Amino acid sequence: MTATVGVVVFPGTNCDHDTLVALERAGARAEPLWHGTPSVGHVDAVLLPGGFAHGDYLRPGAIARFSPVMAAVADFAAAGGPVVGICNGFQVLTEAGLLPGALQKNRSLRFVCQPADVRVASDRSVLTAGVEVGRVLRIPVAHFVGNYICDERTLAELHAEGRVVLRYAENPNGSIDDIAGICNAAGNVVGLMPHPERASDPLLGSTDGLVLLRALVDAVGGAAGVPSGPFDVVNDRARTA
Amino acid sequence: MEPVPSENPAGEALHRALGLTDDEAAQITAILGRPPTHVELAMYAVMWSEHCSYKSSRLHLRRLPTEAPQVLVGPGENAGVVDVGDGIAVAIRIESHNHPSAVEPYQGAATGVGGILRDIFTMGARPIALMDPLFFGDLDDPRTRWLVEGVVAGISGYGNSVGVPTVGGELTFAPGYARNPLVNVLCLGVLPVDRLVLGRASGAGNLAVLLGSLTGRDGIGGVSVLASAGFGAEAADDAKRPSVQVGDPFEEKRLIEACLELLDRHLVVGIQDLGGAGLACATSETAARGGMGMDVDVRAVPRREDGMAPFEVMTSESQERMLAIVAPADLAAVQAVCERWEVRASVVGTVTEPAGAAGAAGAVGSGEVVTGATTMSAHPPAGRLRILDGPGGAVLADVPAASLSDDAPLYQRPLAPPADLQQRRSADPAALPAPSDCTSDMLAMLLDPAWVFRQYDHDLLLNTVVGPGGDAVVLRLAAPGLPPSGKGLALSTDSNPRWCSVDPRLGTELLVAESALNVACGGAHPVALVNCLNFGNPEHPEVMWQLSEAVDGMASACRALGIPVVGGNVSLYNESGGADIDPTPVVAVLGVVERLERVPPSVALADGGTIVALGPRTTGLAGSRWAVERRGHRGGALTPWDAEEHARLLGLVADLVGRDGLLQGVHDVADGGIAVALAECALRSGVGARVGGIDGHGELFSEAAGRVLVCTADPAAVEAAAAGAGIGARVLGRAGGDRIVVDGLVDVTLAEAAAAWRGALADHLDPSRDPATS
Repeated sequence: MTATVGVVVFPGTNCDHDTLVALERAGARAEPLWHGTPSVGHVDAVLLPGGFAHGDYLRPGAIARFSPVMAAVADFAAAGGPVVGICNGFQVLTEAGLLPGALQKNRSLRFVCQPADVRVASDRSVLTAGVEVGRVLRIPVAHFVGNYICDERTLAELHAEGRVVLRYAENPNGSIDDIAGICNAAGNVVGLMPHPERASDPLLGSTDGLVLLRALVDAVGGAAGVPSGPFDVVNDRARTA
Repeated sequence: MEPVPSENPAGEALHRALGLTDDEAAQITAILGRPPTHVELAMYAVMWSEHCSYKSSRLHLRRLPTEAPQVLVGPGENAGVVDVGDGIAVAIRIESHNHPSAVEPYQGAATGVGGILRDIFTMGARPIALMDPLFFGDLDDPRTRWLVEGVVAGISGYGNSVGVPTVGGELTFAPGYARNPLVNVLCLGVLPVDRLVLGRASGAGNLAVLLGSLTGRDGIGGVSVLASAGFGAEAADDAKRPSVQVGDPFEEKRLIEACLELLDRHLVVGIQDLGGAGLACATSETAARGGMGMDVDVRAVPRREDGMAPFEVMTSESQERMLAIVAPADLAAVQAVCERWEVRASVVGTVTEPAGAAGAAGAVGSGEVVTGATTMSAHPPAGRLRILDGPGGAVLADVPAASLSDDAPLYQRPLAPPADLQQRRSADPAALPAPSDCTSDMLAMLLDPAWVFRQYDHDLLLNTVVGPGGDAVVLRLAAPGLPPSGKGLALSTDSNPRWCSVDPRLGTELLVAESALNVACGGAHPVALVNCLNFGNPEHPEVMWQLSEAVDGMASACRALGIPVVGGNVSLYNESGGADIDPTPVVAVLGVVERLERVPPSVALADGGTIVALGPRTTGLAGSRWAVERRGHRGGALTPWDAEEHARLLGLVADLVGRDGLLQGVHDVADGGIAVALAECALRSGVGARVGGIDGHGELFSEAAGRVLVCTADPAAVEAAAAGAGIGARVLGRAGGDRIVVDGLVDVTLAEAAAAWRGALADHLDPSRDPATS
């Protein structure tokens, strides 16, 4: 069965098209989810793509968290459904309280758009399950507000629980401990600043982003239904379903 | 209607305060058969401003070749449109936002981006790429650094947020732009050929619906106050800041999506953006193009502030607004689409039948006014634009719609070459002493533009195959709603004020040649050109001579290479403190890559590769960076080019680039000559080079047209292909090692060159740069 991934479109989202294309390339069925609809429908996973939801006015993600779809996304995540936020989507997830910490302006106080080498730091997430820890992937970043910050206790927890998912080889934005992506305790909610959809075609110089997107598709679409191990909440959901 | 008082309280005739000459005011009275009302005078003033009417340049622009089989829409519409095959058309336009950016760099540049985007999606095209040629003064000047920071941040802030990648541009620093920087913005969009729409109002009874932002007082007279006058004292320029508009990229993003959905669903019969001259321009142009009239209810225009006078509403340049012409039966559907995208939609007018008889005809020709070709009688259906104060309310204006644009004055301004032209041309930089070591000159000319383009999202939409920093950007031809295609687009923006200062005609020819060659380096053949003509004060005869010469140069090069001009923009009054900028025509050549199956070779070297120079050998230094920037020598005669040979070179280079794996790198020889071209190839790939047989500093730094460096593992194949095309080819040396060496002329480590290259911008703009966090 092919996994269906819903891609949330807020007004101001601009990576929705790219993400839909890359997910299809990774083997998923991908469909847009309109922010004003208070449901995620029957998708197997939700992806919040990059862009400037609601213009990033006030603060990136600060208004988007109130869009009707977000309550449904929170319920879906609580039931163990895989939720991935890329760039602006990561910002939305932290504002919505689905991931800890926050993203602040790059230390350079400038937008940065460039390829970045990121190292897989944990396979305990729906986006890195089955990907070799330590593998370096070349995936572009493009953001102004991508400098991850959290308090010391959270940082210690993230490290101890294997929830730092991706780390920059060369830090482009000042993120604490070179963090490029994290997940929640169950591993089913993941946020990352790099754009895997932009590394999904040989003509674009890298296909490393497909490694992550395929991991997501495999995690939700495999014949066994649910992977074992870190996805306890997913198993709970499977039992209640 | 009440005639307006002829003088404002200060005692100056009102039309003069609005920037109209006495002759122009008399012509308005002749068109109307009576003195204009206040609202009418304000509308004519903005529509007849230099910026909107091109009154000083139109006569010259007519000499440009504009026709070719692929051209669907030529100059005069919102954007040029060419058919690139596979059922796909490309819309392209370039514009200046120089004056607003000089006064308020962030908003000036940001709204420049917003405006050019609207020009593209108003044609039914989805914008997929932006490019920005920028010109500033010397980076040692703190004001220049403030301008660079602000302009780049404005382009980044607006372009990234609105969701259109900024894929490249150009960066020029020269003292002449210190107080009058140039900010040109180009946008390229794509559309299925059958979705092409034009800004026309048709069908009496159809509704004019204003989409987007509220109308405020920002930007009133922007085009006439800012873009149609030069800069003088700084305090006076600061007072112009309220004439700069403020941009809202989030509003624009929703407007783009709403308008493209309206067009996809065939819910509008015509659509037009609101730019310079605001509603006055959009309503009169849509009506005039459709041969219809329009009644506009000025009270129905949603406003951002209280107490706006009707003339302010009609001429406001508030951003992010579009005017759609909608059949009444479709209004509810239009409103539903707009509601979903949270875009305001208000019916502000109605399309009306043209009046049976034309009004008082005939423009008044007097003095240097040479109009007359386009008097009222030239528009048989004389639709009238009427501005009403509420439905059925007082008529505030009633003018022939076409007269606002078509009857604008046309000036044959005096032109004259500079008195010392011959003297300047005979002073050739060949007489300058040769440097004992060319290394320091080469290092001083290196500049890595990454500081700028890293701030632009250049990867969005997954089309950027070759990004900024090379010869041409290469894009996949793909977008939502487009038929599938294996083709690609190559695009290059180019300028050279040094060449054009030495010789505006030949300089512009060489510019077109270089731009076409850049596109060939992307593997493409040229299909269209757009231009942005940035010049000084047109009331100076030398400036008009420069403009005329540049147009002739562009026309002859475009004819020789078979490239149609599909659009242009003219920016005059680029002067400060009485000094005009150097003539700065900017051209952008669009090329098509017939089969984009792999990433084309870039500006690079590969270890062990052979470096081959294609094209003629030359040592001419006139207008070169070495002569002008390094030695302060602005004289001499540019090296002429052979257009027929250049056309063969274009074909050869595109062919070599398209061959699988033949080239490991390719770079045209332009600014800084072979020295800088070689260094850029080495620096971008981190591979050194050793070359020889260069005939002194003349050949090393010459910028003569029609030369390309390639790096290849199979030099025999390159030489054979070149011989077949009748193009000279010569092995210069090999790639490899950690030095850049030109025997007898240059010897430097890659590390030292890289420090100079990377530091050229960053050392000025990020003085306390922490490499770990920049």
